[in-house]
Amino acid sequence: MPNPGALMEPELSRAIPEPGPQAAEALRPRGLPLTDAAAITAQPMLQVRNLDLYYGDKQALHGVDLDVKEHTVMAFIGPSGCGKSTLLRALNRMNDLIDGVRVQGSVLLAGQDLYAPGVDVIGLRKRMGMVFQKSNPFPKSIYENVVYGLRIQGVRDRHALDEAVETSLKRAGLWDEVKDRLSESALGMSGGQQQRLCIARALAVKPEVLLMDEPCSALDPIATSRIEELIFELKKDYTIVIVTHNMQQAARASDYTAFFWLGKLIEVGLTEKVFTTPSERMTEDYITGRFG
Amino acid sequence: MARNGTSLPSGLQRGREFLRRGSAFVWLSAAALALSLLMITGLVGFIAVKGLGFFWPRALVQATTPEGPLLGEISAREAALGEEPAKVQFRVANRDLYGQDFRWIKVAELGAQQRPADAVLVERLENGAFIGFVASVSENGRVLASGDAAFEEALGRLPEAQSLQGDIRTIEKDEVGTLNRRLEDLRLRRRGLAPADATALARLEAEEKALRVRYEALQTRLDGLRAKSAELQIILRTVDGQTKEIPLSAVVRLVAPNRTGILGKAGIYAARLWEFVSGDPRESNTEGGIFPAIFGTVLMVLIMSLMVVPLGVVTALFLREYARDGWLVRSVRVAVNNLAGVPSIVFGVFGLGFFVYTMGGAIDQAFFADRLPTPTYGTGGILWASLTLALLTVPVVVVATEEALSSVPRSLREASLALGATKWQTIWKVVLPGAAPGILTGLILAMARGAGEVAPLMLTGVVKLAPAMPLDGQFPYFHFDRKFMHLGFHIYDVGFQSPNSEAAKPMVYMTALLLLLVVVALNLFALRLRRRLRERLGGSTF
Repeated sequence: MPNPGALMEPELSRAIPEPGPQAAEALRPRGLPLTDAAAITAQPMLQVRNLDLYYGDKQALHGVDLDVKEHTVMAFIGPSGCGKSTLLRALNRMNDLIDGVRVQGSVLLAGQDLYAPGVDVIGLRKRMGMVFQKSNPFPKSIYENVVYGLRIQGVRDRHALDEAVETSLKRAGLWDEVKDRLSESALGMSGGQQQRLCIARALAVKPEVLLMDEPCSALDPIATSRIEELIFELKKDYTIVIVTHNMQQAARASDYTAFFWLGKLIEVGLTEKVFTTPSERMTEDYITGRFG
Repeated sequence: MARNGTSLPSGLQRGREFLRRGSAFVWLSAAALALSLLMITGLVGFIAVKGLGFFWPRALVQATTPEGPLLGEISAREAALGEEPAKVQFRVANRDLYGQDFRWIKVAELGAQQRPADAVLVERLENGAFIGFVASVSENGRVLASGDAAFEEALGRLPEAQSLQGDIRTIEKDEVGTLNRRLEDLRLRRRGLAPADATALARLEAEEKALRVRYEALQTRLDGLRAKSAELQIILRTVDGQTKEIPLSAVVRLVAPNRTGILGKAGIYAARLWEFVSGDPRESNTEGGIFPAIFGTVLMVLIMSLMVVPLGVVTALFLREYARDGWLVRSVRVAVNNLAGVPSIVFGVFGLGFFVYTMGGAIDQAFFADRLPTPTYGTGGILWASLTLALLTVPVVVVATEEALSSVPRSLREASLALGATKWQTIWKVVLPGAAPGILTGLILAMARGAGEVAPLMLTGVVKLAPAMPLDGQFPYFHFDRKFMHLGFHIYDVGFQSPNSEAAKPMVYMTALLLLLVVVALNLFALRLRRRLRERLGGSTF
């Protein structure tokens, strides 16, 4: 099966032979402003401070410092193995599940340190929705998938659940497609629908931050563009961090871009700036497809 | 045909190609599969033919021998072997008259053979079958019919006589049984009474007296019924002129195979098969049905499943999900796997020592002290047997469950955790449902192993003949302390412990066949369940 991301990357190098304002413009969906003025003045939602992460003896993240502002989209880019997914998973402490992971430094969610001793990890994860690289709906009905997070919180009120299903699916742009088959298995949906269902499932628990780990890497271009539109919609209410291999996607969908290389944060800034006038030579090389 | 420029591959090259493609191994594995299938179908076929053929009514052959005339079914033939002449085995039945059911006759000594149309085979409640002729039917000594009409008369009167017999059995088993239990209950209450409590004693005595009166009334009714059932007598005559008079109510079935058409025979076949599957055993298990054994086997396997699944699943859950992987967990895993290789009789001894004597003894001390020294749970019973088998099969479930748990995709666990679920919620709502088909696979293997196991049961609760079933209409309906019958043990008992094993041979085949069918049926049920679960999981392969 062809990987849409892999197919699009050579195209990217054709599209932007030299970084320049026209190139970034070309990558944006038509009519969208380059960066919202609000995005620049927003308050930081997530603050990563001097974060080191070790897998056993191997250091995967080196002193990362990063701010993600409220109601903005932050894209993590970088070659495979650069630590961008690791950082994403460090944000909601999913790395805790892996044996031998050690973390130093801090991550603040609205000022509260996630790695402070005695933090309620479960409560924390409720505040951060996560969407994975491969869509992973539960082998249950569409309805049960959406209400899963609410059910484990002990919500039993049928009315509240029904309402959550409708709002979440509408927000994820899936309602019209599935409203008549909510009781059918989620596994019968197409890949793009499954991924949007996973987004709806994450939205149903009313998170503040949405973490997306290459959400489109297994999707075809049409499904990908739907997800990107969705991201643009969702940022009004959520703070979004997205890991992507697809530079066009980062350019189109994000307000800020962070470039990682070998576990180090090389450059972070407004997407417009990172893609047009990167301050680091390495960023430029990567964006123009000279390595990575 | 060789083309220009290319030569035919040499034999050596072709051989190499054959090996390189692995064709040799494909053939080898196919042959191994074929051999296994052949052995299995051969075994099942052999059992089925030997067992199922037994119920077909065979012709009654009359022959003359130097010792007088002889009438019976030809049950086996033996060709001449060296000095030994060719022989024929006749099933002559009439155990009460001849002392044995079978007779070997040299072929050379057999005179003229014929198949008398009026020859009958009478299946009786006692002493096995009778082969001969119906002389007459009488009521209170008055002859109702004789000669040719006697068979028809007997056949016509048989249902009535049998229903009478059924009434007697019901009273004996149910009503008298209930009274006996209540009397026993009274006796126990009396024992537990303080000696000074005169009013209570008087009340108990009055109650007991009332019961005794009812008992007497029942006995009178029974005597009346018995006398009535003895009124109708059938007089049978053997081929060598002996006569035998038995009550018609003691007759199970009258068969005249020499004048019954194929349809009639099929009817008899079906009736016999039904009796075998649904009836109670008679004549120290060599005749009648094996329903209690089927019931005991199924119930024991079900109780075992109820015990082994939670035990195995919880063990596997802890090992796989919670325990930190280290030398301790690894050695526990090795120990669990090795448990599967312990001889089953060792489990039986353990069950006897731990469950029956220790746990059962403690339960008796605590709850049934008034019945001591008669043990209630301190003796073998279906509960202890099921628990012993659950221990025996738990490694299978543990191994299968561990496999199933580890094959639930990590992405599903992460999805659940990312939504704020705790580890336990994730396991309960995502991991376990996902692992359910694999757990069921373990259960299927455990059931197949447990249903066929006999040795541990012999120590923990199986009996040759159980007076009552472990599940019946008597409060509290489930009697976990009761001993039970089991198909596997039945095979051993009937085939090798029976005084009349030659006559019981077909029963052994049939019992083996039924045990196979019971295991297959239980497995099919579990397979269906697993398929439905898999469908619900969307055909994913974990």
